[in-house]
Amino acid sequence: MKASAKKVSGRSLANGLGLFSIGLGLAELLAPKTLARSLGMEGQERLLQAYGLRELGVGLGILAATEPAPWIKGRIVGDLLDLGTLAVQLKPGSPHRGRLALALGMVAGVTSLDVYCARLLRAESWQARALKWDYRDRSGWSRPPSAMRGIARDTVPQKVSTPHTTPAYH
Amino acid sequence: MRALCWHGKKDIRYDTVPDPIIEDPGDAIIEVTSCAICGSDLHLFDGFMPGMQHGDVMGHEFMGEVVEVGPEVKRLKVGDRVVVPFTIICGECDQCQRGNYSVCERSNRNHHLADKMFGHSTAGLFGYTHLTGGYAGGQAEYVRVPFADHAPVKVPSGVTDEQVLFLGDIFPTGWQAAVQCDIEPTDTVAIWGAGPVGQFAIRSAVMLGAKQVVAIDRVPERLGMAEAGGAIPINFEQESVVERLNDLTQGRGPEKCIDAVGLEAHAMGSVDSMYDRVKQAVMLETDRPHVLREMIYVCRPAGTLSIPGVYGGLLDKIPFGAVMNKGLTIRTGQTHVNRWTDELLHRILEGQIDPSFVITHNVALEQGPDMYKTFRDKEDGCVKVVLKPRLH
Repeated sequence: MKASAKKVSGRSLANGLGLFSIGLGLAELLAPKTLARSLGMEGQERLLQAYGLRELGVGLGILAATEPAPWIKGRIVGDLLDLGTLAVQLKPGSPHRGRLALALGMVAGVTSLDVYCARLLRAESWQARALKWDYRDRSGWSRPPSAMRGIARDTVPQKVSTPHTTPAYH
Repeated sequence: MRALCWHGKKDIRYDTVPDPIIEDPGDAIIEVTSCAICGSDLHLFDGFMPGMQHGDVMGHEFMGEVVEVGPEVKRLKVGDRVVVPFTIICGECDQCQRGNYSVCERSNRNHHLADKMFGHSTAGLFGYTHLTGGYAGGQAEYVRVPFADHAPVKVPSGVTDEQVLFLGDIFPTGWQAAVQCDIEPTDTVAIWGAGPVGQFAIRSAVMLGAKQVVAIDRVPERLGMAEAGGAIPINFEQESVVERLNDLTQGRGPEKCIDAVGLEAHAMGSVDSMYDRVKQAVMLETDRPHVLREMIYVCRPAGTLSIPGVYGGLLDKIPFGAVMNKGLTIRTGQTHVNRWTDELLHRILEGQIDPSFVITHNVALEQGPDMYKTFRDKEDGCVKVVLKPRLH
């Protein structure tokens, strides 16, 4: 028997990303030296701790917010910052190139997930909106659209070449 | 009197201003019973159009009752109920004689400014910058209407304001956009923007006999309204516009394309839109022409691009090579409202169409400042706002 695939919701994916943010943030905040050593960023521990604070704040924001979408966008901006920081370290001949490349790949993967989550949340918000304001009965027609098709075809107004200044209804 | 006045970017206020007076023997004063916020008013609200001054009275969609006429006014009399087209026309110049009312040669009293900006002046407009005459607009209790014998459309008492108000702009604008396409029974007409003008362009294209009409937007309730009018909806945030249009036309592309969006396109997912945002932010570009680029790309060769959407200045990276090589026809311009009002009023009175379908908010004029924001942000399911000066 085939199990039915359960579609992940934007909210639950956002919560997962929020928890990931908190985990990463704590690691950066509490173990900056270990992280710095493994990425060849010795001397930049304070920067890593600042990034950790950012991750922690965004993660808590995602979990606490009624609308997580702005916080997910915040994560995407943070991802770009992380990618830029790691790319700068990727110098030729660096002994940490392997680890840096791995880290870059992981951040790129998470960035894709963040972008997907932002899109999913947006689509869900549009769907909720469509249910709230349903104008599918507002045609403006006196008859169905199919009956109105071409009703003015034979009376297409031609370019007015004579004065047409007092359009009163008779 | 009370009126909605412009005081800068995102700053519209419900002010007390002097009552209008007869300044010219051909003027009339109208007491406004209903007016509306137009999508093009948002370009003023967002600060994208030059030539506004503090205290300018907003609004170019309005109707009401004649309360005073100048000594030379013959056709209108006190008590007449009229819809006032947004284009001010003299009715006598060469362009008016040709029916090219939106480029009337006499009604723009600041024509020297427009001459400098555009090469030659266009018509005066109500409430739409000093480049078009600096005339006070109709989001007010009273309005002075110059050349009053020519543009105002008399309407009978048997119809509501809501049924006829849009004869002054958005209904003829959507209609002209479709008429400019010279629609054939085999045509696919693709319409970008399912706002009020887009909705009327959809219905006009259907009435003019297009084989299929496609509406492109991202706001679900607007796409729902477009579907009700007979259009196939495309949500550009959920699917590729180019791919879907090609699918719907067996790979040929739509023969006719209508841009009912104009200078503030919101397609944030596309690279060219991000480019436009950046260039606009650093004042290297005035408009965001994503829709124009997409129309040029997807339109069937030898097709027509009809552009009722308002553009204000300088556009960047327009693939004009594609326009030339595909042999596309571009038709645009402000609406020659009085060309179409007889025809459209007749259709309303015959009961073929009731333009009030587009109204989602009908409130007092004093709520106007909040309504600008609601309309701009598409909050509360807002598609079209009608304002009533007599409501409090």
